[in-house]
Amino acid sequence: MTNYTKEQEKFISSVERALDICAKQLPDDVVNRLKEMREKEDSPSALAFYDSYFTNLKKAVELNRPICQDTGVVNFYLKIGTRFPLIDDVEELLTEAVRRATSSAPLRHNAVETFIEKNTGTNLGTKVPYFEYELISNSDKLELTIYLAGGGSSLPGRATVMVPSAGYGAIAEFVMDTMVNYGINACPPLVVGVGVGPCVASSARLAKKATLRILGSHNPIEKVAEMEKLLFTALNDVGIGPQGLGGKESVMAVHVENMARHPSSFGVAVAFGCWAHRRMNLSFDGSLTPICHTHKGVEL
Amino acid sequence: MKKILTTPIKEEDISSLKIGDVIYLTGTLVTARDSGHKRRVVDGVIPSTSLEGGAVFHAGPITKKDGDKWEIVAIGPTTSMRMEKYESDFIKETGVKLIIGKGGMGEKTTSACKEYKAVHAVFPGGSAVVGASQVEEVVEVEWLDLGMPEAFYTLKVKEFGPLIISIDIDGHNLFENNKIAFIDNKNKALISLKNNL
Repeated sequence: MTNYTKEQEKFISSVERALDICAKQLPDDVVNRLKEMREKEDSPSALAFYDSYFTNLKKAVELNRPICQDTGVVNFYLKIGTRFPLIDDVEELLTEAVRRATSSAPLRHNAVETFIEKNTGTNLGTKVPYFEYELISNSDKLELTIYLAGGGSSLPGRATVMVPSAGYGAIAEFVMDTMVNYGINACPPLVVGVGVGPCVASSARLAKKATLRILGSHNPIEKVAEMEKLLFTALNDVGIGPQGLGGKESVMAVHVENMARHPSSFGVAVAFGCWAHRRMNLSFDGSLTPICHTHKGVEL
Repeated sequence: MKKILTTPIKEEDISSLKIGDVIYLTGTLVTARDSGHKRRVVDGVIPSTSLEGGAVFHAGPITKKDGDKWEIVAIGPTTSMRMEKYESDFIKETGVKLIIGKGGMGEKTTSACKEYKAVHAVFPGGSAVVGASQVEEVVEVEWLDLGMPEAFYTLKVKEFGPLIISIDIDGHNLFENNKIAFIDNKNKALISLKNNL
């Protein structure tokens, strides 16, 4: 086992604790939105399921257990200052935190090596946990988003590239078809992330990132925000309800992220988050003091 | 008033249940998913717990063993549709009356529910702690060679649920009906969205 410095140990422990809490408590914005959605329902089956969700959230904290048996593949999104003190080893330190949280939380073993088709039994595997980075110049801070990507909500994700003449209506149609054809078993109400760009890869990355925004936040570009609102209304009008039983609403939020495209290609991707949307935003300053921004009252 | 089914379940206990009804289960519940169904109906291996009038849960729990005693840490439903290939034979051969899972099942299972008088119900996904806390005891564990999630667990449960009936004994199928409605709603919503673009 590697010997870590005192600073590194402190960082690993903070992230291990963040992972533990992330599996057992939902962020405040998700809880608030679920409460709002429950209030709108009137059918006995939808109400029974929402009530079960809330009982489950309460019991998960009381009994110190993961909300769902599928604790997902760990995803880390980093906005990292180029002067963050642990920048050289950050990937190794975060991986160590996952290794430790897997036995301490515990988290389910969810890393299956492809082609070998073998579960590693550690939650660590080739390029897993998953990392995405953005650099912040002249900063010593780290803004970290943790997301536990479950199998159920990963399954319905889709991406395609269309010709530009297909237009924005075709994008909306692709999103809605994907939701109706594949989203029912992903434990709705869902968070829907849409990415629009030049190819499948760039669009898919944006779509996943879109699911991680604070629920109900809007894209700063007015036309994009307009598409978010239109899709939000249209998807809720489908009436999927909790777990596909039927209900007043289908989605917790629709977020669209966009970028410039190639003149001749028009990529669109859609990614989903389940009702148990286990995401945490935290930050570290230059002295490695952690602050959690999404779960009220949580000390790391 | 909670509607509670108790095992062994008789035909008259489920004959008045309709799709969308909310029920709970007390008694014996066994778990079986992909490999468990295949072992029972293709390989013909018969577990020691009889399923006559019984209930089966499509679930792969997180379990732990403390000495001789098994405990369910977390248990939630998995997608029932994966068992569609085997479920009709499973119902026919075992006499099971209640199948619990996630999402709908297909035509073959629906016909078997009608012919052999059984129902399918869904347990809320992502409610694994609620599920675990309704398990009073792990009575027996078989087929452990299939791995922790796929083993055949016999559980004693109390007021296990909520369970929403998704296929009733008259062959009504909630998710099939919903699918038609959702597609129809989607087509209308899409026209309105495109008009507003």
